[in-house]
Amino acid sequence: MWKTILRRVLIMIPELIILSILVFLLAKAMPGDPFTGSINPKADPAQIHHLMEIHGLYDPWYQQYWNWVVHLFHGDLGMSYEYQEPVVTLIQQRGANTLWLALFTMVLTYVIGLPLGLYAAHHEGKLQDTLVRVYTYVTMSIPFFVVLVLGIWIFGYALNWFPTSGSVSATASGLGATTMSRLGHIILPGLLGALFGTVNIVQYLRSEVIDAKHSDYVRTARSKGVPMKDIYRHHIFRNSLLPIAAFAGYSITGLLGGSIFTEMVFSYPGMGLLFLNAINFRDYTVITALVLLYGFLNLMGTLLSDIVLSIVDPRVRIE
Amino acid sequence: MVETKSDQFLNIKNVSTAFKINGQYYDAVSNVNLEVKHDEILAIVGESGCGKSTLATTIMGLHDPEETKISGEIDFEGTDLLKLDEKGYNQFRGAKIGMIFQDPLSALNPLKRIEDQIQEVMIYHTKMTEQQRHARVIELLNQVGIEDPERTAHQFPHQLSGGMRQRIIIAIAIACKPDLIIADEPTTALDVTIQAQILDVLRDIQKENHAGIILITHDLGVVAETADRVAVMYAGQIVEQGTAAQIFNEPKHPYTRSLLRSMPQRENENDELYVIQGMVPSLQKMPKQGDRFAPRIPWIPASAHEAQPKMHDVGDNHLVRCTCYKNFYFPDQVKEGAGHESN
Repeated sequence: MWKTILRRVLIMIPELIILSILVFLLAKAMPGDPFTGSINPKADPAQIHHLMEIHGLYDPWYQQYWNWVVHLFHGDLGMSYEYQEPVVTLIQQRGANTLWLALFTMVLTYVIGLPLGLYAAHHEGKLQDTLVRVYTYVTMSIPFFVVLVLGIWIFGYALNWFPTSGSVSATASGLGATTMSRLGHIILPGLLGALFGTVNIVQYLRSEVIDAKHSDYVRTARSKGVPMKDIYRHHIFRNSLLPIAAFAGYSITGLLGGSIFTEMVFSYPGMGLLFLNAINFRDYTVITALVLLYGFLNLMGTLLSDIVLSIVDPRVRIE
Repeated sequence: MVETKSDQFLNIKNVSTAFKINGQYYDAVSNVNLEVKHDEILAIVGESGCGKSTLATTIMGLHDPEETKISGEIDFEGTDLLKLDEKGYNQFRGAKIGMIFQDPLSALNPLKRIEDQIQEVMIYHTKMTEQQRHARVIELLNQVGIEDPERTAHQFPHQLSGGMRQRIIIAIAIACKPDLIIADEPTTALDVTIQAQILDVLRDIQKENHAGIILITHDLGVVAETADRVAVMYAGQIVEQGTAAQIFNEPKHPYTRSLLRSMPQRENENDELYVIQGMVPSLQKMPKQGDRFAPRIPWIPASAHEAQPKMHDVGDNHLVRCTCYKNFYFPDQVKEGAGHESN
């Protein structure tokens, strides 16, 4: 199994290099230069020309790329024009917020989705199954931002059960109070995200379990005299979790990218909101850093999925 | 041990299995009577869709009770299997009845080691310790002709060839020394050399365990090689039943004769191969009257068939359905003069 993982990690290296070149070239292709907007508009063009020269902006692209990569490895992604803070600091703060929300949403999604999928498959074709399917169809067809707006209106303003914006209350002090406040801020968006995002898991698991139920190896197990209850436990459930496991690695990095809708509606200061603002304000250094980070997270997601899969499925291991 | 067992331990009486299609039940197996003795291989032959696999899964009790209606009696060593509930049936499945499936590629759980899959059947039916079970696994793997049992036991199904996987399935089926082994097309998915080896393994096991085997197949070559007795099935019914010698040397029913004639043989290797016209009627379109095979031999006048064909004993327990066999001939024989081929 270590062989599989090692091979998989080695494959990632060229992927990362290509990704970083692409991101760099895209950033270079953006209009404007870094100085025109940030210094006195009456400044002598020759002065700008001089600054460009000092910062190596007339060098060939591969040399600039190399400088950029060296800085990258020193943890230097430049300064944000908008926030006047190093991009790395910015991402660290926002990243932590997003991480909590993502983990909370993910755990809830699985806690809701797995039993529902299993329950529906167990009662295949019956009323219980139909109800679960109707639930998934409904949650899938309603646009998510509508859900968020309705949710914030009902549970935030009308009932006043949950805070409607931010990631932590300004008045909370001390570790306990702060943690509780943070938790309070992610419950509503997390719950809505899970309730309306669980459709993939429910449907995947349902169809996998139904497939497994009718599979030849389950028939073999039945012909061994194994009670159905044990067949579910030893054969059906584990085999049906394969695609879910493969999906898990991918979905956590997707969530880490930040849900733009959720963060926007809840004014939750996470990565998604940061990205959106950066685009609005043409904050190029932040955009470049985030695009690179998202690309990296996607690669990590597939890596994680492959590793999980190689643990649970002997067929993809290299022995 | 063998002497104390009743000779005839499985008695299938008037068993019908009907499937629900659009709210109505249609017979896939109708009024089958069969018995199996120790130390014998009973072959059930017929083309695809004739109900032979359905009969096998009926004996195993693998049908969904909500989708099927089963009637009749399956007397297994004094117990009527059809009266058992799921829990009671589990005492028989794996322990007293072992089943070998058609497709060895999909019949094993891809995520479990061979050893665990064989041990599973022992966990439910014996009180063996882990070590005893392991020893038995190795013994079984040796018995079914696996070269390196210790290594194979530790492997996953995808690491084995089709023939090896079928041996594993056989090992699972025989792990608890069942009295009855149902082999549903055990060699269909395998190539010819492996087929012969698998049949050898089956025969050896039968001798060792004094088991009775129901061998389900459409391959008359396999039947000729292995079976003691043969039941020919068509459209859910048994149309002819007898010893292998009776069936191969004196086939009576038009269907049996057509099957045998459509088998390539050395004597007629230059002739065009006989092809049975049409196909098995679907469950909904089963003829209600007359011999079910009649539509496929249209040159035989309807008057030759019984209205409700019954089984007739033509001597020495050789049973044939319908009286039409007396007037049956192959179409090409008319041109050359009817009945020139003796039977």
